[in-house]
Amino acid sequence: MTQALSLRIAAMTGNRVVAEAMRQVNPDLVAAYPITPQTEAVEYFAQMVADGRVLTEFIPVESEHSSMSACIGAAVSGARAMTTTSSQGLALMWEMLYIASSLRLPIVMYVGNRALNSPLNIHCDHTDSMGARDAGWIQIYSEDCQELYHNIIMAVPIAERALLPVMICADGFTLTHTMERVELLPDEVVRQFVGEGDLHTFPYPLLDLDHPVMLGPNALPDYLTEHRYSLHVAVEAAPEIVRQVEEEFAALTGRTYGSLEAYRLEDADYGAVVLGSSVTNLKAAVDSLREEGFKVGVLKLRLFRPFPAQEVAQALAPLKGVAVFDRADSMDGAGGPLYKDICTALFDLPRRPFLHDFIYSLGGRDLFVEDATRALERIRALVEKREGRQAVSEYLQVRE
Amino acid sequence: MKLMTWREMPIATAVPWPGCSRQLITGTWRSQRPVLDPEKCTHCLLCWLFCPDLCIPLSGEERLETDLNYCKGCGICAAECPYDAITMRPEAEFTASHLEEVLQ
Repeated sequence: MTQALSLRIAAMTGNRVVAEAMRQVNPDLVAAYPITPQTEAVEYFAQMVADGRVLTEFIPVESEHSSMSACIGAAVSGARAMTTTSSQGLALMWEMLYIASSLRLPIVMYVGNRALNSPLNIHCDHTDSMGARDAGWIQIYSEDCQELYHNIIMAVPIAERALLPVMICADGFTLTHTMERVELLPDEVVRQFVGEGDLHTFPYPLLDLDHPVMLGPNALPDYLTEHRYSLHVAVEAAPEIVRQVEEEFAALTGRTYGSLEAYRLEDADYGAVVLGSSVTNLKAAVDSLREEGFKVGVLKLRLFRPFPAQEVAQALAPLKGVAVFDRADSMDGAGGPLYKDICTALFDLPRRPFLHDFIYSLGGRDLFVEDATRALERIRALVEKREGRQAVSEYLQVRE
Repeated sequence: MKLMTWREMPIATAVPWPGCSRQLITGTWRSQRPVLDPEKCTHCLLCWLFCPDLCIPLSGEERLETDLNYCKGCGICAAECPYDAITMRPEAEFTASHLEEVLQ
């Protein structure tokens, strides 16, 4: 099957490849607002609409609060809706994010990760999407532009089967603006994979005029618990849906991703856990340290929400120590968001690896192989008690 | 009223039963009850016009007793009545029998 696909090889940035994936999906509605570093994705897509290359209704809204509101309105009507944002734009969507998940709307959103103000910084860290990690959205982080392209396509059936909104995250500039070689699927293959949009994907569409419905009603103390529990159950069921969709995608394209990827962890003593494009940097550090005889590996976490705790525990359990790479600080004195989730995943193990958290690459600071190497060497020194620590979390690249 | 389990509830807490708000008896929220003096009432219908909850039923051009199943006791009818025909009285002065009736 894979052999039969006639792939188109192109050089594209992350933003360009997202617009291309959206064109192939051909959603009923896109409502988006430009914000760096995601802006080009909206511009490219708007151009495609203007040129008649896609049938989507495009709404150039006046804010991200409105873009998410428009997507919600479209999705409750039974339409397939997509949007894109970054940073302050995601922050402005906040209340609508919760409404999208609570209404169980299969909205797909591309997030070009960027720091939050203030001070003004347009470059990458994960402070924006990490803040939305409890909003009931599925969150998938992308390592490179090829994966980003595939993630956008897979997000459509994932969202529609789970009846949950999906956020596809890609590191700002590192992916959004970096041109890579990508293999694009034929339009008809993507169309077939995502299927025709169905009015009744959301079971109570407002446009089913024969069956009037009220959405977002009052749910007081007598009903809100049951409402939230229903969402809880849907989130618990989501990883299996993600797995199924990935399996179908792999059968079609030969590309296998998985919720996580263990890189050279099988015989490792120490490891790192990381999200997004920094996985590549960590792999390079691991390769170079392996040549020196330091048995290290890296766990790439792709599906961050729902958190694949059992798989994480299984992958990390044999290690002596794990360096968690957090590209955001929770600002609560208790470690970054990824660190806390890794702690949760490992807590019930009879024997746990030692964990230490490194806050890294805020506001687009580069992660050099030397930085990653230093973190892996420090985790070993901490386990061997050659070095001490003042807290569970430290900044990897701060000038003192 | 029997409450639905989470499995029985439509997904996203959708409400696919048009007009079901009639089943939600909001009169139980009331702490003040409008009492009409039929001697003073001229059926000018200002109370009917102003009632924000459509709780004043009409028969032809005459108003009937306030629908206590939905009246929340806001007092707008009493404030607007030019003839002082409506008095707000503490709900506690009335027996609990009506509430029991509507709650069943």
